[in-house]
Amino acid sequence: MSDIQQPAQTLPPNAPSGPPLPRSTKKEGKPASLWSDAWHDLRRRPIFIVSAILIAVLVVMALWPSLFTAIDPNDPRTCELATARQGPSGGHIFGRDNLGCDVYARSIYGAANSLLIGISTTLATSLIGGMFGLAAGYFGGVTDTLASRLTEIFFAIPSILGALLIAATFRGGPLSSITLVIIALTVLGWPMTYRIMRAAVITAKSQDFVVAAKALGAGHMRIMMRHLLPNALAPVIVIATINLGGFIAAEAALSFLGVGVTSPDISWGLMISDARNRFLDAPLPLIFPAVFLSITVLAFIMLGDAVRDALDPKLR
Amino acid sequence: MKKTSPEVLPAEGGLGNEPLLAVDNLHVEFRTRAGVVHAVNGVTYSLNPGETLAVLGESGSGKSVTAQAIMGILDMPPAVIPKGEIRFRGTDLLKLSEDARSQVRGQRIAMVFQDALSSLNPVFTVGWQISEMFRVHRGMGKKEALTKAVELMDRVRIPAARQRVNDYPHQFSGGMRQRIMIAMSIALDPEVLIADEPTTALDVTVQAQIMELLAELQRESNMGLILITHDLGVVADVADKIAVMYGGRIVENAPVHDIYKTPAHPYTKGLLESIPRVDQKGQDLYAIKGMPPNLLDMPTGCAFHPRCPYRQDICVTEAPALSGISGTRSSACHYWREVLDGTHE
Repeated sequence: MSDIQQPAQTLPPNAPSGPPLPRSTKKEGKPASLWSDAWHDLRRRPIFIVSAILIAVLVVMALWPSLFTAIDPNDPRTCELATARQGPSGGHIFGRDNLGCDVYARSIYGAANSLLIGISTTLATSLIGGMFGLAAGYFGGVTDTLASRLTEIFFAIPSILGALLIAATFRGGPLSSITLVIIALTVLGWPMTYRIMRAAVITAKSQDFVVAAKALGAGHMRIMMRHLLPNALAPVIVIATINLGGFIAAEAALSFLGVGVTSPDISWGLMISDARNRFLDAPLPLIFPAVFLSITVLAFIMLGDAVRDALDPKLR
Repeated sequence: MKKTSPEVLPAEGGLGNEPLLAVDNLHVEFRTRAGVVHAVNGVTYSLNPGETLAVLGESGSGKSVTAQAIMGILDMPPAVIPKGEIRFRGTDLLKLSEDARSQVRGQRIAMVFQDALSSLNPVFTVGWQISEMFRVHRGMGKKEALTKAVELMDRVRIPAARQRVNDYPHQFSGGMRQRIMIAMSIALDPEVLIADEPTTALDVTVQAQIMELLAELQRESNMGLILITHDLGVVADVADKIAVMYGGRIVENAPVHDIYKTPAHPYTKGLLESIPRVDQKGQDLYAIKGMPPNLLDMPTGCAFHPRCPYRQDICVTEAPALSGISGTRSSACHYWREVLDGTHE
């Protein structure tokens, strides 16, 4: 048998067992899956490290904002109208806004809503778009045609206009303003994930192992979940990460326009909107939430870039 | 998997006169924008338990399409099966529901493909993929299924199976990957195994080992083996009988030794003469003149007539039927006697 690569039993006991691995950097005994390979690649990319640290800080900020500030902006007693638009001072390093509330504390507390909306919308669009994309790509034919035409209808709606319409129409109903923003962004965001998933599934479907799996008795569900999904997941994860930043920005835009998150909930978009009238007198209440927003969006887009580079072996 | 389908296939047991698998007058067409591609035009062959049938033919002769029709893995549309029967233990598979057919796939009739690397899912370990067969179809637990997977890897002679069970497909050599595919295909003890050019992607020494392995596994389990190939050398040792295909038809059917000694169709004869021989060193190789037929626009009469040295007027107008020469042999040629006697040329 000439194609035996390296019979382990002939090796001295302290030598590594198994064949030589294609990448010398790999640890012994740990087989290389796409994901472990990608992780290996990812954690030595500076762009990933920077974005991961930023996102980690943001997540901590969202979960435990009191770690960063002693002032609770949800307590109206912390605002003093008499000190409105006061510049930075000892206890209020970013100064105070139009209502005399602390800009720093409000910026910190705004992270929670931004991340909540960004992450929920990303999960919802990935789930809905991914499911439809998987089914359409796999079954093709009529299913594909119907689903694709449906997404084209959604693509034809300018997204800010559409979200504005949805958020404005159902305002004041039983749903909270945050839920409404998530729904509006999901309705307009899922076709993007759908397209990516469908394309990835069609590519994966034509590969021999799918035919082989079918020839060995795998049913539709098994082929979709075990053979197509894992092989089509990479581009969806990349687009989801990049979109997450986009959704946070879109939430800020909706809040700025007055149909997103509403007071007393705190949102960066809302803060920017409130501060814009007096921008020339007091620029800081607008600049600080805007900086928080930009850094958050940038962090997710950078993460998405790094993940894409790690998952696409052709770019290596 | 539930076994609730109303059409229940006959269990293993006596077959009477019925062969294990019989393909009868099978036609497969692909309806494309450019026209109807007649890929298979009335193929008939049969297989008994423990028997090896080699289906021989060049690219586009319809040998793989026939196999895919048996497995039910043709994409329909564009493929259409307008005529024919595929009987497995007497039941026409083409009349079964999709549900019932998926019960046959993998469990009763399994298939090994040409390129083992692309036939294995790159994101799962080989042990996971082999043991999945047991988990899905036999309802085994993870641990038990993995033990069975290691046993199976031993059975297809993968060295150090226990250590390698958690490796990914790309960590194996070509021959080893094909062994893993074979392990997966025989996992559920199928009664028929179809191997579609199982050795084409491998180098020559490994080819011989894989053929030997298939032959051994067949002896152990008495399954019927259909070996699809374009390589006359590969089949000589393992096949019992040979069906030669040309232009979507069977042109000659014969026991393996007869066909090498006395071919009864000009195409078979041409193929045999094209095999390079050691004593021919330095001379030009023989080649069948012309090109394989365009399946969109088949020649009239006998599909082989534009390339045939025995051609007469009748070959252009009338397609010869596959007719018996003796009990075990048949040929689709108007002049099979002349070919058999070698009186021409």
